Amino acid sequence: MADTSPPTHPPLVILTGNPNCGKTTLFNALTGLRAKVGNYTGVTVEKKEGRLLGVPKNEPITVLDLPGTYSLSPQSLDERIARDVLFHRLPEIAAPDLVVLVMDASSLERSLYYCGQVMELGYPLVVALNMMDVATDMGQQVDPEALAKRLGVPVVPMVASHSDGVTQLRSAILRQLKPPPRPVAEVGIWQELSPDVQREVHSLAGFLAAPNRAVSATAEALLILTDEKALADNVTLYPDTIRQRVANVRQCWETAGVDWRLLTIEARYRRASAIRDEVVRETAAVEQTWSDRLDRVVTHKFWGFIIFVAIMALMFESIFRFARLPMDLLTAGVDWLGLAVGRLLPPGDLHSLITDGVIAGAGAVVVFLPQICLLFLFIGLLEDTGYMARAAFIMDRFMSKVGLHGKSFIPMLSSFACAIPGIMATRTIESARDRLVTILIVPLLSCSARLPVYTLLIAACIPNVPVLGLFELPGLTMVAMYFLGILAALIMAWIFKSTLLKGEPPMLIMELPPYKRPSANTVFRHVWDRAMMFLRRAGTVILGINILLWFFATYPRGADLGPRYEALRQPLRQARQTVEAKSTRAGEIEAQLAALDRRENSEKLQNSFAGRAGRLIEPLIAPLGMDWKIGIGLISSFAAREVFVSTMSIVYQVDNNSDSQEHTASLAESLRAQRRPDGTPMYTPLMAVALMVFYVFALQCVSTVAVVRRETNSWKWPLFQWAYMGALAWGGAYVVWRAGHWLGY
Amino acid sequence: MTEQLLSLVSLTAGTAAIIREFNLSLDNQRRLMELGVLAGTRVELVRFAPLGDPIEIRVRGYNLTLRRQEAERVMVSLA
Repeated sequence: MADTSPPTHPPLVILTGNPNCGKTTLFNALTGLRAKVGNYTGVTVEKKEGRLLGVPKNEPITVLDLPGTYSLSPQSLDERIARDVLFHRLPEIAAPDLVVLVMDASSLERSLYYCGQVMELGYPLVVALNMMDVATDMGQQVDPEALAKRLGVPVVPMVASHSDGVTQLRSAILRQLKPPPRPVAEVGIWQELSPDVQREVHSLAGFLAAPNRAVSATAEALLILTDEKALADNVTLYPDTIRQRVANVRQCWETAGVDWRLLTIEARYRRASAIRDEVVRETAAVEQTWSDRLDRVVTHKFWGFIIFVAIMALMFESIFRFARLPMDLLTAGVDWLGLAVGRLLPPGDLHSLITDGVIAGAGAVVVFLPQICLLFLFIGLLEDTGYMARAAFIMDRFMSKVGLHGKSFIPMLSSFACAIPGIMATRTIESARDRLVTILIVPLLSCSARLPVYTLLIAACIPNVPVLGLFELPGLTMVAMYFLGILAALIMAWIFKSTLLKGEPPMLIMELPPYKRPSANTVFRHVWDRAMMFLRRAGTVILGINILLWFFATYPRGADLGPRYEALRQPLRQARQTVEAKSTRAGEIEAQLAALDRRENSEKLQNSFAGRAGRLIEPLIAPLGMDWKIGIGLISSFAAREVFVSTMSIVYQVDNNSDSQEHTASLAESLRAQRRPDGTPMYTPLMAVALMVFYVFALQCVSTVAVVRRETNSWKWPLFQWAYMGALAWGGAYVVWRAGHWLGY
Repeated sequence: MTEQLLSLVSLTAGTAAIIREFNLSLDNQRRLMELGVLAGTRVELVRFAPLGDPIEIRVRGYNLTLRRQEAERVMVSLA
């Protein structure tokens, strides 16, 4: 390792602590809006990194936010990453120069347990004692100075949600970083360990010791002796001699009746209790905090469900209702831009590429930004207030019926926005098998990318008739599609859990954090990051696909096509000049000319690459009542579902070139105008439902496939997922189309 | 007098008890212990979820939820 040379990277400050301790809020306060959200190599654990605000630009300090963890003996991927960073085992991350340990003052003992483990590693340390306000509400006065004295490190009392203490923390960080940093390499529970254990730990530490090692050898020796996973997870890091030694020591202990796995846990909690008793003063006997009282209602047998359903209903209702106005404005903006830019360009291929390919294509995706923002706003609020954990608590029984976990509920809910954050959220599920089942089924839940497809098809095909006097058919259809996805996800989960991925029902051990007022900063940040992620996708991948599609729909051009149609038009034009301008005959000729234009465009499209691809799959989708034009939409959707909308707008604009000068007919109108060869409308309500059912089931999203591959570390699962969902989609659409016909629709 | 051991789920909501022993897999026991549920720790059963499962307990000043299936294998004595 290159630790001997002076560091070439900026000092690295690591933020770590239990889940729900306000770490994210603190990170946002320390780094502002410029943090980078990425991933650790090879896994989809979110890596949040930013520059510490308020330090000179030429002396930057990097802050890295680790995933929340309860201990250094990981039970989930998230926790494993946190441990590996702290043990300096990830090649991509330098050894930390300082660790900021975020503690929850309202749950001090549990925080002290983790604190003990981290302190032993020997890094310079600052404790951010957060949630002081919650502790006060609970009738507990925590004395930061006493804690600092007891731990031997600076302790900064804070209320990160009100930005209280952030400045003090920043100066504490800078002070501790000033050389020479004072490491705190002492095993706090040393006195609690028996002489025999002390001896073995010491002697193993002697073998681990190496010059310039980042982590205290004693702490590492203690961990690999008492945690069966610490060694097994990183076999290559330890030579055979060490592994043999660890095995021998454990055997000796077992013979002597020492439970090496649980040895340190009891000792650490003894110490944590002692420290807590010294630094916490009970100021009032608070029987019930307002959070407890609220929980009595929110998790009530009857009201709990009512509230849960009401929140979900409110969430979806507002997504559809409140997003409408900004969406209309964005649509108008995009149309205006298309017209304005169109006027600047001479007619021709470039004109068509810019207006029909780039602007219309990207615009069709960007208009869904309001809905995505609203959805992430709700998810962010539910997470930040603490309701998300209650939802998992309420839903767990239901989820366990299909073999899932209350925690699977959170990825599932996120997947209504996008399967990618949903799949990323599965990393909090401890059991690998349950995690895999959740990953396999979450893309069945209707993500926001399907919304444009549903919206378009419903607007075009589902008549606005009242149902039972209360509801309207379009809204009800939308709800039905969401329910279909939920139902399919639950059924498939049950099937997978009882066949392919059979196993013990998972353990659910989850903290129910106190409710808190959501922090606008945290929620805004959440929405902002997700919106940017979506726009980046729209701006790069989807825009690229649109340009490609425009190309495929425009080329190759049959050289003889134009002249041939021109020759057909010529006599009609001459005839029109001879008849009176507004006579019936003139109208007939106009209609013939228009029909000729449509035929020419249709033939152009048929000859293009896209038309050929659509035709190629037509036999496959003909049993579903779909033609090759829809085939083009389906093919392009395999890149991303929302591309269907922009593709259809390209496909049908190409189709209706002559009309576009009059006015830009809305896409829904042009769908309604489409006819089958026999003259009947193409987009009947039945066709729309069959298509939507196809979209509910099919895994048409390259990004999801890529994320699943990365998450499962193999191509096997994403391919399996793609195939099973494809089979469901085809089967579902077929059943709808056939049954609909049979019923006479 | 020998204390009578009960399982954690047999408590009624609002009852406090002392954790005595675990009949859980080592992984699960480790996680519970790391979260502060150790032999000798005082816990309170706060409530059952609306559908009866999981349960919510209060331990060391915070609230934790676990399934009946695991709670059945955590033995307690009344405080």
